[in-house]
Amino acid sequence: MADSMRFDLVTPEKSLASLQASAVDIPGAEGDMTAMPDHASLLTTLRPGFLRVQSDGPASEYLVTGGFVEITASSVSVLAETVVPKDEATREQVAEFTAAAEEELSKSSGAEKDLAEKRLGEFRALAATF
Amino acid sequence: MPSLKDLKIRIESVKSTRKITKAMQMVAAAKLRRAQESAENARPYAERMQAVLGNLASSSADSSSAPLLLSGTGKDSVHLLVAATSERGLCGGFNSSIVRLVRSEATKLQERGKTVKILTVGKKGREQLRRDFEDAMVGHVDLSGQKRIGYQNARVIADDVLSRFENGEFDVATIFFSRFKSVISQEPTAQRLVPAPVSPDSASDRKFYEYEPGENEILEELLPRAVATQIFTALLENAASEQGARMTAMDNATRNAGEMIDKLTIVYNRSRQAAITKELIEIISGAEAL
Repeated sequence: MADSMRFDLVTPEKSLASLQASAVDIPGAEGDMTAMPDHASLLTTLRPGFLRVQSDGPASEYLVTGGFVEITASSVSVLAETVVPKDEATREQVAEFTAAAEEELSKSSGAEKDLAEKRLGEFRALAATF
Repeated sequence: MPSLKDLKIRIESVKSTRKITKAMQMVAAAKLRRAQESAENARPYAERMQAVLGNLASSSADSSSAPLLLSGTGKDSVHLLVAATSERGLCGGFNSSIVRLVRSEATKLQERGKTVKILTVGKKGREQLRRDFEDAMVGHVDLSGQKRIGYQNARVIADDVLSRFENGEFDVATIFFSRFKSVISQEPTAQRLVPAPVSPDSASDRKFYEYEPGENEILEELLPRAVATQIFTALLENAASEQGARMTAMDNATRNAGEMIDKLTIVYNRSRQAAITKELIEIISGAEAL
């Protein structure tokens, strides 16, 4: 069994990390999960939260706002919308995201409204951890 | 025959033009490098997105519950053409070649009895397209004042396109932009946005995934993002192409200005020499007459 897997963290604008990792904690849409090598192939969306990557070096953490993750036996690829390294994330930034989600909610209607409401709730939960 | 003074003024003016074009060329070269870099940075995301989408789509394309963005509205009567051009001129044939492609496509569609709607991004394309397709213009996105094209810009355009789609304003959307091949070659390209173009995934390397939440929920989240990503890629390619085209155009302009200065200098020297010779002859023949 392989003891490490390929980890890629990319945003539309650039690739943020590409390394060998031993485990990745993922804030999945339906709950947190940890992906380790030889994980079953899985595709999930992300909710706002923290992504923790464990590798040989020090573990790194990122704040992600959404996107999705593709997990295969030998790799984890995170395609995130916005990524902020945890050390640089501030309460203000989270507040900004929350405000954006609030605005989204006020504009949306119908089925979208539920989604936006859910998203806002997730951001609020995130803000509470700060 | 222009006088010596006129010639001198002319030479000076061409010289200052050359300075400007030379400066523009160098600025374009610097910007080109940056634009190319961001285009390259964006590539991994776009590729991944396409791969995942291809995989997902091939498994759910035939099911009747597939989102409209993927399967299309089932009609093909209203086409939305998104023409992405630049905000500034002086970049050779960059804008015209995109506009030419849009125009021929629009004419072709109209001849087949389809309705054409045009959404323009960038001032230059709008100016040129308005002449022929005033009625077809449905919107315009202004990118002037954007120093650097970010994903946000693409998101705004994508949201616009998607809300039009939801309102049933069109059936098929195509984006027109210039693909950056090299500094001297940019290729105007048309790419379908909606319904999502899915490369028929070869069955052999299809992976089987578990989905969280369901397959369709993921597809529904993914498709709007895929549209935004495609637009973003197009904008970045366009930005690189624009700078490349401007660099080539300005290089040519600088060279032409140099040639013109050489020619004008020869004319200037000739007429100065002629004036001197004339004066000498006058003096000599005056002296001989005495």
